[in-house]
Order: sequence, then structure tokens, then C-alpha cells
Amino acid sequence: METILSVHNLTKKFDFLTAVKNLSFDIEKGNVYGILGPNGSGKSTTLGIILNVVNRTHGEFSWFGGNTSTHEALKKVGAIIERPNFYPYMSAMQNLRLVCKIKEVPESKIQEKLELVGLWDRKDSKFRTYSLGMKQRLAIASALLNDPEILILDEPTNGLDPQGIHQIRQIIKKIAGQGTTILLASHLLDEVEKVCSHVVILRKGEKLYSGPVDGMLASYGFFELRTAQMEKLEDFLEKSASFGKITRENGTLTAYLKQEMDAEELNKLLFEKGLVLSHLVKRKESLEEQFLALTKNN
Amino acid sequence: MIRLLQIEFIKLWNNRTSRILILTSFIFPFSILILSSIKIPFFGFFTLDLGKTGIFNVPIVWHISTFFIAFFKIFFAIVVVSMIGNEYSNRTIKQNLIDGLSKKEFVLSKFYFILTYALVSTLVVFVITFLIALFHSSYTEINLLFRGTEFVLAYFFKLVGFFSLCFFLGVLIKRSAFALGFLFISFIVEMILYAMFKWKWFNDQIADQIMQFFPFTSLWFLIDQPIQRVVAMSVPNKKDLIYDYAVHWHEVLIVIGWTALFVYLSYALLKKRDL
Repeated sequence: METILSVHNLTKKFDFLTAVKNLSFDIEKGNVYGILGPNGSGKSTTLGIILNVVNRTHGEFSWFGGNTSTHEALKKVGAIIERPNFYPYMSAMQNLRLVCKIKEVPESKIQEKLELVGLWDRKDSKFRTYSLGMKQRLAIASALLNDPEILILDEPTNGLDPQGIHQIRQIIKKIAGQGTTILLASHLLDEVEKVCSHVVILRKGEKLYSGPVDGMLASYGFFELRTAQMEKLEDFLEKSASFGKITRENGTLTAYLKQEMDAEELNKLLFEKGLVLSHLVKRKESLEEQFLALTKNN
Repeated sequence: MIRLLQIEFIKLWNNRTSRILILTSFIFPFSILILSSIKIPFFGFFTLDLGKTGIFNVPIVWHISTFFIAFFKIFFAIVVVSMIGNEYSNRTIKQNLIDGLSKKEFVLSKFYFILTYALVSTLVVFVITFLIALFHSSYTEINLLFRGTEFVLAYFFKLVGFFSLCFFLGVLIKRSAFALGFLFISFIVEMILYAMFKWKWFNDQIADQIMQFFPFTSLWFLIDQPIQRVVAMSVPNKKDLIYDYAVHWHEVLIVIGWTALFVYLSYALLKKRDL
């Protein structure tokens, strides 16, 4: 697999604060990555370093195998950091022309990208007249101008209304569907869960986990169960070797698996014991639950 | 280089304030052309005909026009300072770097634009002065018309030097209004220092020798004031008024030195900063 970005032992210190501590990870082509972490965990600093706007204290990173200088590599990258930054007195068209000049790509792409984000009708309006949602969409169009190998998004839905959030998500899904590698930093876990295949989890500048979303916790999932004879059910599950922790809440029993077992098998087993279920759901932990579990343990 | 110039041109030309300031700085010098060609009657008492005073004759006209037109550089100085201030306040400097412009290219694109502006402005000054010289001079030989054109060269370096100083202050302070204020204050401070050297601590000569290495004074010395030279033309006893007004190569060298230093410092500062 082709490595797009490789980060090795990256560290950034601001006076007393160490924002990023010995961070290492690789970004492979074709995957959608999420960088997760609470506010102040070093997500934006990490992106700032690889995007040439923040100086690292030590450590290395290399783009596309390290054969090009960072600013040359960035011409093949599309990135949006925090809030959209454009020249307020220039129209969308003029702003994108400028970006084309910087990235050294032909201006013929402008129309296609503005249409993709639904701003073609407003192409001649000045940037300062745009709503936040439109500004963010223009930023995405701008980042896509060079048909980037990788798209980097830092909190792309921050401060948007539900409609705006939905629009941005649709665009991201569309881009991901085209096979573009994406690196998405966010603290909104359901956002990451919806689009990402891999995650890097940070806390206080340190990496807690990096790898596929499913592999975060060595977990087999859990069952949510309801029956008329709750006591008997609980008693049975506690004795079974297949289950670990069992909790009861609002008349629903939640039993965590210690080994693989599917819903059909459990249903059959309980029925044979004379326990008839009124509710049976097998679930995996959501990313949020996994994330909280992971950040708590460490 | 063309690409970097284009980038800066798009940024400035689409900004109405910058556009007006740049155009103004090109239009004002033409006032001297008008001033040289008209006679102003003062209610029949007398007629002011500047052409008669001989200030538009070669070679002194090159000295006079470059000296006075150089004051209009303040218009573009505002553009230079605000082109940095705006990049910081709009955070577009960050976006430029993310889009793939290196910090070196960022500084160069602005410096190239300064050079281009100075070049065009020098050309304008040259054409205006040449027209005046052609109109007023009794000389007919071309090579005599060009006597004194070293002042035009000095004008170019004076502009580049001054704008580099503005550029550096813009990068250092990041806010256009504060940078302009600081520019003005540092000018005053240097003037006070000059006055102290001259009248309090040392004498004229030592003051000039030391102060010629200071940024504002080095720019000032590049084109010495022509007033004394004009006065000397009409005074019979010229002995007290004789002074050295020529453009010296070491004066140009000092200004080039400051220019290089300011541009380099701007780059070093930008490189060190986290944005």
C-alpha cells in the first residue's frame, strides 16, 4: 500500500506546554482517517505541523515518501483548517483563481468544484457576503481544486447549523466515495464514526490508539435483553462462561460478551432454558463508548 | 517569478483601497508636469512663472523632480504595510502556506511586487522629468539632457529601501495601523537623534558621518535637498551655500544593505513564527 504521510516521533512544545508528544502514525492511500481527541489534545497542532504553518520542536514527517519539499507536496494536498480563510474583498471566483495560481493548477477546474459544493450561482459575490456554511463550502471547493491525493479537514462542521452540517457531511461522503484519502480531525465522534475507516486517538498530545475503527477495543459486542423473568435471566447469564459484565437499567439487561456468539444462538439457548425474550438486540459499542472506555483506562 | 508577481497582483488589484492608493501615487507626480507648464497670475500683481526661475533646467530638474516626487512614496508605503496586515488579520497567510506557497515564496512575491512598483514609479519619474527637461532646456544635444539622471537611479533605490523598511515593520508588528504608527515614531526618534548628534554632542560633520548609516537618514542622503542649490542659483555670493549634493556610490550601497537586511529579517521572522 502507498504511504501518503508518515509521521515519526513528532513533538511540539509551546513554552511550558507540550502540545504533541512523540507522535507517530502513517496515512495509507485510499483510507478515511479520523483524528480524535478532546479539545486541546493536539489535533490542530499536529495538522499545523504537517501543513507547514507550525514549526516542530523535533521529530520528522514526510509526504509521499519524502522525495519532495513540504510546500511542493502541499500542492497535491487539500486542507481546511479551523475556519475558512479567504480574502473578504474578493469574490469566490477571484479567490479560487488565486488558489489556482498558488497550487499551479489550471483555472478550468473552478466551475466543476463550485458546482460540486453548490456555489456556482454565487461565484461573483464577495467572500464577506457569504454565510458561514457557504464559506465552509467554498473552503472545500478550494481544497479540491487540485484534485488532491489527500483531503485534510479540521473540524469542518464547527459552528454550522444542522443543515450546514448535513451538507458538509454529504460532500465529504461524496468525496470519500470517489476514493480520495481523507484525514478528518474532530471531537464529534458520531461524525467520525459515520465516515471513517481508521482512527488515530490523541489525548494531551499522546497517541492512545491508531488503527481500524473496529479494532479499537478487543470487544465482541453486547446484547440488550428483556423478558418477563428478569431475575432468572440474570442468574443464568452470570453463570454462563460467555458473558462478562452484566448491567440492568430501566428494565433492560445489558450483557457484554467475552467470546463470539450470535443472537440466534443465544435466543435458542435461552428458549431451551424456558426463558422467552421480548427484546433481543446484539450491538457493538459505538465509537463514543469505545472512545470513552479507551480514554478512561489510560 | 512571474507566478509570484501574479499572486501578489491578484491580491492587491482586487482590493479597492490598494488600487486607489497605487493609482494616486502614479497620478500625483504629474502635478509637477502641470506646475512646470503653467503661469499663475496673482490678481494682476505679478505672475508666478516657475519656469523662469530656472529650476526646470537641466541638470537641476532631475534633482528637483526626484526629490519632490519621492514624497508621494507614502501612498504605496500604506499599501505595503496593509498588504501584510491584511494577510494576518484575514489569516490568509496561513491559508497561502497550506495551499502550497513556501514562506520564502510568500516574502519574495511581496518583495518582487515592491521592486516592480519602484521600477514603474521610476519610469514615470523619468518620463515626466524628461518631458519637462525637453520643454524648458535651451540645450538641444541629447547627451546634455541626460546630465543628472543619476538622481533617477537614486530615486529607485530610495523607494525600494523605504518600502523594504515598511515591509519589515509590517511583518514585525502584523497590524497595519500600529506598523504605520511605529514607522512614524521611529522616524521622529531618528530625527531627534540626528539633531542631538548635530547640535548637542558633536558637530555637523561627525553627525552626518554617523547618521548616514541609519535607515531613514541613509534614504534622505541618497537625494539631498535641492533647495540650497536653487537658492544658490540666484545669489551672487555662493560661497556659504556650496554643499555636496551629488549621489555617491557609498550612499547607494548603504541603502542596498538596509534593503537586503530588512527583507532577510522579514523572512527569518516569518520562518520562526508559528501561524
